[in-house]
Amino acid sequence: MFRPVVRLSTSGVRSLTRTRPCYSAPLASRCYSHAKVETDEEFDARWVTYFSKPDIDAWELKKGMNTLIGYDLVPEPKILDSALRACRRLNDLASAIRILEAVKDKSGPHKDIYPYLIQELQPTLIELGISTPEDLGMDIL
Amino acid sequence: MLHLTTGRVGCLLSKQAVVALTGSGARMSSHGHHEVSDSVDMSQPMYWDRLDTPLPDRPWKDVLDSTDKSLKQKEKGPWTALSKEEKIALYRLKFNHTYPEMKRPSHEWKTVIGGMFIFFGITGLVVFWQGHYVYPPQPHTFGEEWQAKQIQRMLDMRINPIEGFSAQWDYKNKQWK
Repeated sequence: MFRPVVRLSTSGVRSLTRTRPCYSAPLASRCYSHAKVETDEEFDARWVTYFSKPDIDAWELKKGMNTLIGYDLVPEPKILDSALRACRRLNDLASAIRILEAVKDKSGPHKDIYPYLIQELQPTLIELGISTPEDLGMDIL
Repeated sequence: MLHLTTGRVGCLLSKQAVVALTGSGARMSSHGHHEVSDSVDMSQPMYWDRLDTPLPDRPWKDVLDSTDKSLKQKEKGPWTALSKEEKIALYRLKFNHTYPEMKRPSHEWKTVIGGMFIFFGITGLVVFWQGHYVYPPQPHTFGEEWQAKQIQRMLDMRINPIEGFSAQWDYKNKQWK
């Protein structure tokens, strides 16, 4: 009555010690995260969609812009275009100008990014009637 | 806006005033409150100028007079119809400082360096006074004669004869090497 129990328990113990932990596995498999990395295009598309919401409200615009500026990147012109059009839907010219100021600051020492963005956004700026901070003389103290 | 340009001591004093002003300046152009309290109501959406947060929770100017309101109405139409001054006015309604204004350099470093040197100077005066009035007389072993005898004794004892003290003394010619 006692022996089969002991036999089972010893065999159980042996099988436990036989399982190999992660670090003794061969070098080929490392413990990296299996999360899918979002591509640049997916990131851009996601943000363009966010700002393209037809009935976007002021809070969502604020939250979106503040989050976007928090990232370690300068947004693509198509994202900014979407954001500026969201400002238009919200009748908010001041925020549109603020967005332009923010991306200029985001470029940091890379002085060639902002002129490129303005060049790409020119059709939108003309269409919506948004003046750049330079046009309004607000880029100097 | 107060600019700290003249007089470091004046700066130190006016600093307190500037801090108090800018603290309540966060609500300055806002809901015409009648109570004059220095604390900000944190339960209400706040305004702030931050480089990393371009769109704060509320506009700079909440209480709009009739000209502001009519401008806001005009904003609902095509923006191509707005003049430059109107666009600037709309920006200033919603925001306090522009980005260049937020990033303007301050003269604070002069106050800091000046304050540092003032404290060094005061400390120097304290140390000097202390040396004169507080310290007891020097021990007799510091006197010229005693020091000379001390050095002679060290040489006689051959202190550090290989690399150190006595190694520097030329015993033959009785002088330092």
